[in-house]
Amino acid sequence: MDATAVQAVFQDKIEQDLKIEPKDPMPDRYRAHLIRQISQHAHSEVIGMQPEGNWITRAPSLRAKQILLAKIQDEGGHGLYLYSTAETLGISREEMIEQLQTGKAKYSNIFNYPALTWADIGAIGWLVDGAAIVNQVALQRTSYGPYARAMFRICKEESFHQRQGYEIMANMMKGTTEQREMAQDAMNRWWWPALMMFGPHDKDSAHSGDAFKWRIKRKTNDELRQKFIDKTVQQAEVIGLTIPDPDLKWNETKQGYDHGEINWEEFKRVINGNGPCNKQRMEHHIRYHEEGAWVREAAAAYHEKFPTD
Amino acid sequence: MTLQEALFNYLLRLGDNALIQGHRLSEWCSKAPVLEEDLALTNMALDQIGAAQAFLKYAGAIENKGRSEDDLAYKRAERQFFNNLMTELPIGDFSFTIAKQLLLSSFEFFLFRGLSQSKDQTIANIAAKTLKEVHYHLAHSRDWCFRLGKGTEVSHEKLQNSVNALWMYTDELFEMGEADEVLMEAGIVFSLKEIKPKWLELVSGILDDANIALPNVDYMQTGSRKGIHTEHLGHLLSEMQFLQRAYPDASW
Ligand SMILES: [Fe+2]
Ligand SMILES: [Fe+2]
Repeated sequence: MDATAVQAVFQDKIEQDLKIEPKDPMPDRYRAHLIRQISQHAHSEVIGMQPEGNWITRAPSLRAKQILLAKIQDEGGHGLYLYSTAETLGISREEMIEQLQTGKAKYSNIFNYPALTWADIGAIGWLVDGAAIVNQVALQRTSYGPYARAMFRICKEESFHQRQGYEIMANMMKGTTEQREMAQDAMNRWWWPALMMFGPHDKDSAHSGDAFKWRIKRKTNDELRQKFIDKTVQQAEVIGLTIPDPDLKWNETKQGYDHGEINWEEFKRVINGNGPCNKQRMEHHIRYHEEGAWVREAAAAYHEKFPTD
Repeated sequence: MTLQEALFNYLLRLGDNALIQGHRLSEWCSKAPVLEEDLALTNMALDQIGAAQAFLKYAGAIENKGRSEDDLAYKRAERQFFNNLMTELPIGDFSFTIAKQLLLSSFEFFLFRGLSQSKDQTIANIAAKTLKEVHYHLAHSRDWCFRLGKGTEVSHEKLQNSVNALWMYTDELFEMGEADEVLMEAGIVFSLKEIKPKWLELVSGILDDANIALPNVDYMQTGSRKGIHTEHLGHLLSEMQFLQRAYPDASW
């Protein structure tokens, strides 16, 4: 099939709102766009294990430790699942990891912030997973079949994570003065980066044209951010946390909150590699990947010698 | 030693073994050679923490002084822990963790198989549940012993070195103390001496299949039955217990 025919068949399916499946004809740019997006999503799950992993050995109760371990394990599982989803588009996990480690592929900027106190584990679950859910629920209707199905499976677990994170915050807000301060401090540090997870304002957003045309994306950055803010502000109020935005106010006409200016300078700085943890995250990933090389080699050599085992 | 004291002590041993080994396994998070192993190791950590929770909870009930499983995990000091020394050793490289897991899981296989027949119904129940998990841990470490032992020269050498380094901690697993004697009388536990030859047969069979030689050591480490540990445990606890110690009035 030549490029024009591919385009025609593909566009027809998109128009009818049918899912594109791995063997279906698709334009190269659609494929490339998806590989970029899905691998970035997979890398985010994996890199996100680092800030939360930072607290596993210090979790304050056996229950908290189990919940956190299970959560991080879920995230790793999401990573695996998304790597396989990207593999259906003709790229291997090794290639994706190489792209991550050479800086060609990105991961979510949010994980370039540090998890400093136990309350950060609450804030990450509640705000970061909470923001991720808003994005991912929208992606359940994305045009690429395997990606849409991955989102269905993943969203169920993410909403668990969000509730567990919220529970940590709620418990701390019912606790001692020190605990309440810790929770508010985490809120102050994670709120704005969480809003940045939705990306630039619609008016400044690059690449989104194609994503809409191909129905990879169906809601704009600002629409999704609004959704997140509206549900989260109420949750914060219930447990007595203050949103660190003096300009935040209810807008009766739009039936949603208006928020203050997001610091896009910071956003750009962190995306360009100068966040608090960019170097640390990447060095960690590379270090343990390299330290594990002999294990992967051993497994491959063993498999070669004993293919049936 | 009364039956109650013996049971409390024995439950602490079981709970501490699971707690400390689970803690060490959890340190692998985001550091494993492949993502699948990251999940497998944290999964085993989860199993262990779950077992620790069950045993320590029961220990608290037997002690009957109002201490919860968290009090026992987070508010005891080094000398009050009774886990086997092997569990507290730092994770080392992947071969060390695998070798350690093989030695411990094969021990736990016989231990929990025996305890699942205990006259103490709570112990029998926890042991039966744990035994199911141990089957998986044992298979996992056995398969990796094969891969590492027969994979490359490098992996073979690393695994052999790890097994050599760990061997002096194996005798302690089977040490019997006063608590064991008291509980044996009551039909609650069995003699660990009985399972040692079976353990050795299982382990040496697996190591042999993995081309790993059985180490020869002239001294076996001991101490944990009396709460005497390696220097590593104190560091582990200072990290694990940090929040509970720093904010004694807080609940989480
Ligand atoms: Fe996730
Ligand atoms: Fe999540």
